Amino acid sequence: MNTIRYNKYRQAKEFLIRHIMLLLTLVSLTFAILIGISLYYKSVPILDHQSIWGLLSGSSWRPLKGEFGFFPFIMGTLWVTILAVIISLPLCLLAAIYLSEYAHPYIKKIVFPMIDVLAGIPPVVYGVWGILAVVPFISEKLAPHFVEFSTGYSILAGGIVLAIMIIPLMISVFIEIFDALPGGLREASLSLGATNWQTIKKVVLRKSFPGLAAAVVLAISRAFGETIAVLMVCGNVSEVPKSLFDPAYPLPALIANNYGEMMSIPLYDAALMLSALLLFVIILAFNAISRLVLIRIERNFAL
Amino acid sequence: MRHIRIKRIEEKIFKGLMIVATLAIVVSLFLIIVAIVRRGLPVMSWDMISKIPTGGFYLGKEGGLLNAIVGSLYIVVGSISLGLFFSLPIVLYINLYLPEKSRLAQFTRLSFDVLFGIPSIVYGAFGFTIMVYLGIRTSLLAGILTVTMLIIPILIRSIDEVIRRVPKEMKDAALSLGATRSEIIKPILRQVAPGIVTAILLSVGRGIGDAASVLFTAGYTDSIPTSLSQPVATLPLAIFFQLSSPIAEVQDRAYAAALILTVIVLILSIAARFYSRKFSKNKI
Amino acid sequence: MIQNLLRVEKYFDSPTEKLQVMRETLNQASGDLILKAHKPHISVRNLNVYLAKKHILKNVSLDIPDKAITCIIGPSGCGKTTLLKTFNRLLQNSVDVKIEGDVLVDGENIHGKEVEVESIRKKMGLLSQRPCPLPMSIYDNIAYGPRIHGIRRKKTLNLMVEKYLREAGLWDEVKDRLKSPATSLSIGQQQRLCLARGLAVKPEIILGDEATSALDPISSKKIEELFVKLRDQYSIVLVTHTLRQARRIADYVIFMYLGEVIEAAPASEIFSNPKEKLTKEYLDGYFS
Ligand SMILES: Nc1ncnc2c1ncn2[C@@H]1O[C@H](COP(=O)(O)OP(=O)(O)OP(=O)(O)O)[C@@H](O)[C@H]1O
Ligand SMILES: [Mg+2]
Repeated sequence: MNTIRYNKYRQAKEFLIRHIMLLLTLVSLTFAILIGISLYYKSVPILDHQSIWGLLSGSSWRPLKGEFGFFPFIMGTLWVTILAVIISLPLCLLAAIYLSEYAHPYIKKIVFPMIDVLAGIPPVVYGVWGILAVVPFISEKLAPHFVEFSTGYSILAGGIVLAIMIIPLMISVFIEIFDALPGGLREASLSLGATNWQTIKKVVLRKSFPGLAAAVVLAISRAFGETIAVLMVCGNVSEVPKSLFDPAYPLPALIANNYGEMMSIPLYDAALMLSALLLFVIILAFNAISRLVLIRIERNFAL
Repeated sequence: MRHIRIKRIEEKIFKGLMIVATLAIVVSLFLIIVAIVRRGLPVMSWDMISKIPTGGFYLGKEGGLLNAIVGSLYIVVGSISLGLFFSLPIVLYINLYLPEKSRLAQFTRLSFDVLFGIPSIVYGAFGFTIMVYLGIRTSLLAGILTVTMLIIPILIRSIDEVIRRVPKEMKDAALSLGATRSEIIKPILRQVAPGIVTAILLSVGRGIGDAASVLFTAGYTDSIPTSLSQPVATLPLAIFFQLSSPIAEVQDRAYAAALILTVIVLILSIAARFYSRKFSKNKI
Repeated sequence: MIQNLLRVEKYFDSPTEKLQVMRETLNQASGDLILKAHKPHISVRNLNVYLAKKHILKNVSLDIPDKAITCIIGPSGCGKTTLLKTFNRLLQNSVDVKIEGDVLVDGENIHGKEVEVESIRKKMGLLSQRPCPLPMSIYDNIAYGPRIHGIRRKKTLNLMVEKYLREAGLWDEVKDRLKSPATSLSIGQQQRLCLARGLAVKPEIILGDEATSALDPISSKKIEELFVKLRDQYSIVLVTHTLRQARRIADYVIFMYLGEVIEAAPASEIFSNPKEKLTKEYLDGYFS
């Protein structure tokens, strides 16, 4: 009798736990939608005021006059992001090939933890480093060769800092992709008399191309949303940049820099929330696509 | 013959480039740490970590960073506890209750992978809209909530990775004794405890260092908050704000804070490595 | 001999005693009678199992006799593990599973609507190929089962731990270090610990999936002896790859091939005189 009651109690407990967990899981899935909706809701005022294309292509940013043109910020973001990827992609690719195809396990044991540390350094510390090292280097050593004057707070500084910040992400996904390749592939190629490097060029890189592309997209979206470090070294001038030594004003920096005053100027908060929404939507899409590609790859290789 | 020699040379060149690239990455890490230590160490003092700033954080020359250190600690402890409270049930559900290749489980994993990529400034903006909606001011509570959103994907991804590796036989062994699924949670958590510690350490690192999420939500103050509704200072914001001060002593505080933050992150990283000796994608 | 059996029926009251004597009586005799003496404990009727759309078990019908050792033999991949996991409904955890047909334990369909999975599983102890101690102390491993079934009293638990460790022949080896982690035991000891852990929830059936194949010969022999010792109290179902083991301990043997039951018969019969050609070939080692 007692056991039956006890079992009833156990079953009830199980039922409860199971359903609470299910509920939490389902709710958590609506989280992204919730973010999207609330940011959209907050940016409706400015979308009512002006068309989205007008906002995106306008290049004048005068909140006090009610002019909100995002073009300079979008260009700033693109410049910095693209520069960062251009710098870090070859570095990561070469290093990842080395680490997964050539390096002695001993070397991996030393380098992997360092990459982890690099990944763990907070953005704001990267920013401090940028100010301490990169900015002076540009203004004193590099810029004089190319332009008359640069403060150093520039696209180049942002790009360099950002490049180092996305290295850990890119390199670790690269290595994961290389490791996921079936070992038989390499052996097949090697046994045909190809050298190690030929095998990498012709088999490894080709086979893993979709994955590498996905990893780059992932890194781009990381760079896209990086805020504080870039904000600290980019100069933040709301003009469309013309050279690497010009300052830039990326979108995330715009949001972060103006949160204080946005409540006092009409439409300002809506404009900033719109930029957050833009970031959110673009990064969500990039992430979803590249993650799907990576999942597919993992599954295909696993067979 | 020549053909082959060219190939060998090509391989040599590329291998050289690879080593150079790897070295460049390693060296950049050292450059960063050296720069931070060289600037931060001379201005470190006992006062820096034991006193709150006096006379305004932006202008006051005296005092230290205790407000930011304690504030960051509060935020991290709060958001890790809250984060675990939400993420453990989700991970356990998708691993124990759903079948191996369940659509719902896959979709949940995907969605947290994606949420993991959302930048903290977006979480900050979202947190801010929620705050406005609920009518709360910048406060410790709002900061904790926002950082919680930021770290939940990290917690879920890394705990999921270790729980997924629990051998099926172990679950079967416990189940075949007549345990219900919720009753096997305890042994499973015990099995993956080191993995959970690693996940927590990673999230602490991320939560303590992130500026953009607390910028809108936690506010900044010179004192140590005594309730959840008061604003709170954090280390990253201490760096961010004080660096732009015109006063050298205040700037020094920023560099000291950067050093403290770097040391914390290094310690966390070493500790995490101690707990899981595996190169894991969730470190990133 | 029939006469003898009838005598047995008359003179012994306790069923275990009865079986013991019957076994001795029937030592060399036709095994058919053994099966008749043991009513079936698990009956499978027209069981079809599909894993990930693949047809794994094909129209399986068989009886597992009560209080005897049944060995399931057959080449790798023929569905032995799948069959065992269907018995205690562990299959449901994995990829999309479809199960048709009936599995009756004590006449009750385990896939019935109002059946509690937990009580089915409690009835069957599972011993997997690799010993799988839970991440806790030796004591807690044994106490885990009783605890989840509601036994909290320290004294009762102590007694149970001792009893089942003794039953698994492990007590003397571990009685001084009950609090140390179970993983500190040797593999063979771990497997006996798992057996004791399974016994502690008072099952009626023991399922073993190649339970000795990861062990050294001595540990494996110990486990085997335990099975023989336990067969009077439990129905034991063992999947095994070592035919010699089956010859040594089986009362009843089921031969499977590619998801079908080819032959099921008492051990003496199947080993001395298999009816099916496939069985004979397998026993003669033509394939494995
Ligand atoms: N999750 C699964 N999805 C699809 N097919 C599976 C799955 N698990 C097992 N199978 C298939 O079911 C068949 C039977 O597997 P099972 O593990 O029952 O064989 P077995 O007789 O125990 O073999 P062994 O002696 O090697 O342990 C195999 O062909 C296997 O490939
Ligand atoms: Mg098997």
